[in-house]
Amino acid sequence: MTRKQKKTLRRILISAGLMVLLAFLPVTGWLRFGLYLIPYLIIGHDILRKAALGVKNRQVFDENFLMAVATLGAIALGLAGDGDYTEAIAVMLFYQIGELFQSYAVGRSRKNISQLMDIRPDYANIETAEGLEQVDPEEVAVGTVIVIRPGEKVPIDGLVVEGSSSLDTAALTGESLPRDVAPGQAVISGCINLTGLLKIQTTKAFEESTVAKILDLVENASSRKSRSEQFISRFARVYTPVVCYAALALALLPPLTLLVLGANPNWGEWVYRALTFLVISCPCALVVSIPLSFFGGIGGASSAGILVKGSNYLEALAKTEVVVLDKTGTLTRGTFQVTAIHPEGLTQDRLLEYAALAESGSSHPISRSLRSAWGRDLDRSRVTEIREHSGRGITALVDGIPVAVGNQKLMEEQGVSCTPCTQAGTLVYLAMDGVYGGCIVISDLVKPQAREAISALARAGVRRTVMLTGDSEAAAQTVAETLGIREVRSQLLPGDKVSQVEAILAETAGKVAFVGDGINDAPVLSRADIGIAMGALGSDAAIEAADVVLMDDDPRKVAQAIRIARKCMAIVYQNILFAIGVKGICLILGALGLANMWLAIFADVGVMVLAVLNAVRALFVKNL
Amino acid sequence: MKKTYQIEVDCANCANKMEAAANKTQGVKEAVVNFMTQKMVVEFGEGQDPAAVMKTVRKNCKKVDDDFEIFL
Repeated sequence: MTRKQKKTLRRILISAGLMVLLAFLPVTGWLRFGLYLIPYLIIGHDILRKAALGVKNRQVFDENFLMAVATLGAIALGLAGDGDYTEAIAVMLFYQIGELFQSYAVGRSRKNISQLMDIRPDYANIETAEGLEQVDPEEVAVGTVIVIRPGEKVPIDGLVVEGSSSLDTAALTGESLPRDVAPGQAVISGCINLTGLLKIQTTKAFEESTVAKILDLVENASSRKSRSEQFISRFARVYTPVVCYAALALALLPPLTLLVLGANPNWGEWVYRALTFLVISCPCALVVSIPLSFFGGIGGASSAGILVKGSNYLEALAKTEVVVLDKTGTLTRGTFQVTAIHPEGLTQDRLLEYAALAESGSSHPISRSLRSAWGRDLDRSRVTEIREHSGRGITALVDGIPVAVGNQKLMEEQGVSCTPCTQAGTLVYLAMDGVYGGCIVISDLVKPQAREAISALARAGVRRTVMLTGDSEAAAQTVAETLGIREVRSQLLPGDKVSQVEAILAETAGKVAFVGDGINDAPVLSRADIGIAMGALGSDAAIEAADVVLMDDDPRKVAQAIRIARKCMAIVYQNILFAIGVKGICLILGALGLANMWLAIFADVGVMVLAVLNAVRALFVKNL
Repeated sequence: MKKTYQIEVDCANCANKMEAAANKTQGVKEAVVNFMTQKMVVEFGEGQDPAAVMKTVRKNCKKVDDDFEIFL
């Protein structure tokens, strides 16, 4: 508890004790009034002061004013009638207990959620002549070598220069399997070093590092308010004045009507009902529980490796009807591999060796996959006169023999007749000395979780999944069939993807999410209602462009994100309906004279307690 | 220009009121109060001096509720 909270607690205890004591004192009249004023002022002096301040600054309608009017009114009724002041004090007392509980519970959940997201490294170790020195990560210059001992957090992005270890990325990705690193590999800040000592040369300043970017993103996430939150703040602004005027009407109109009709106006009763009205009018339960629910949802999601950039996106995510997925890098690994070799007149090995040799100078993904399929060392001195034919392939002399490696067009240019291959994927034909030698099929492998990811989307309530790709129709169909996706748009240029998403947006009533790997699809990410980038660990572009960032490249997280959002929104709606409903019922009961002030204050505090507890549920996302 | 300030605000409704007060202040283009992280993000209008504007923001917010605090 903070100092302020402890002080409030003391005031509550003292005032409650005094009240019990006074109940046994047989005093009457003005003395009784004076004595009861003591606990009232102890518990309510700050409310009265704030109410007076509000009136002075023309900010009349707030809960302080309402409580002041309600309790002072109750005291006045006691003074005029039966000398019962306990009600006024009790109302004030319960109001303060409610406020205390709210600030305590909210403070606690705030802390819990913040701890969950606490990946901020406290220090970085720098090697000096006297041994290791701990410095602030913000002061470490780019290119400095830092030391990370087992159990410590990687403070800054960098490259391993010495040592090998496994890294726990759970705080970033929610993935429990550790990642192994060795010299030459990049490491990302925020991971925890598990086993061995690592020396890392930093490649970025702290502010530019992954951890700083993520922290910044998550901390600012709840500043982008959702429509529910905006609705609640607008509602609160209208609700309080409306209830005040209703209370005024309740105090004046019925007695005046009764007076005109010649009946007993019964002023005391109607004023009491009006005061009960005022007690119920505080919109606190609503106003606190809605942002708390969103905060919990965003916090819970980030602990699962899903970063949501704002409450508004969480809200949109819950309404997702269509998910559009990019193929390469999202559903497939995005790395090309040789999946079939069809030699003609050559051995399989020779076909692959010559292709790898001819492509040995190129850094094109196709060339790389040929080389890795060959797997053995290549003697590049065997290759001469390498010529790249843009968009078609390569010709070179290998061991003095002219070799052409490329697509069908290249074969036609070289005057080689080849057997067209019908397999899906990128086809690489090879000709040696003008004679066709065979064909190598290179294709992108589907991620092992992709099929499950697609069916999980359907289970999460997504009505339509569409796959977009720049690849050929055949390659796209093969992937779609393996994964169970019915709608495919293939052979798209990056610009076409935007227009495809726009077309889908136009025909969909709900929200459209686009999932991509953040490479080349920034325009599509920003055009869709919700742009989801995956595999963002280490890709700044993706973090910038997307609304929701999946830290690792597991496509199942898309469905999980939607389920988290749905749960969070369900809690938000429950709270809105529950709080407004209970208040509405109490207002009616109060107006009819069926509810007294006690019930009113219990309703108010009780609703708030339940709403806050319900809001905290949003944090638990592990089983989603 | 956008700046973030650490604040101290007790309840969510107060945070809403602070936001409204800050938004009405001359020189503030848009202010967002984040109750959960206890932060206020203020976007200033063209050519405004943040220090001077924030002084007024603080005064206006204090008017609404004097428990409120901005750490400038």
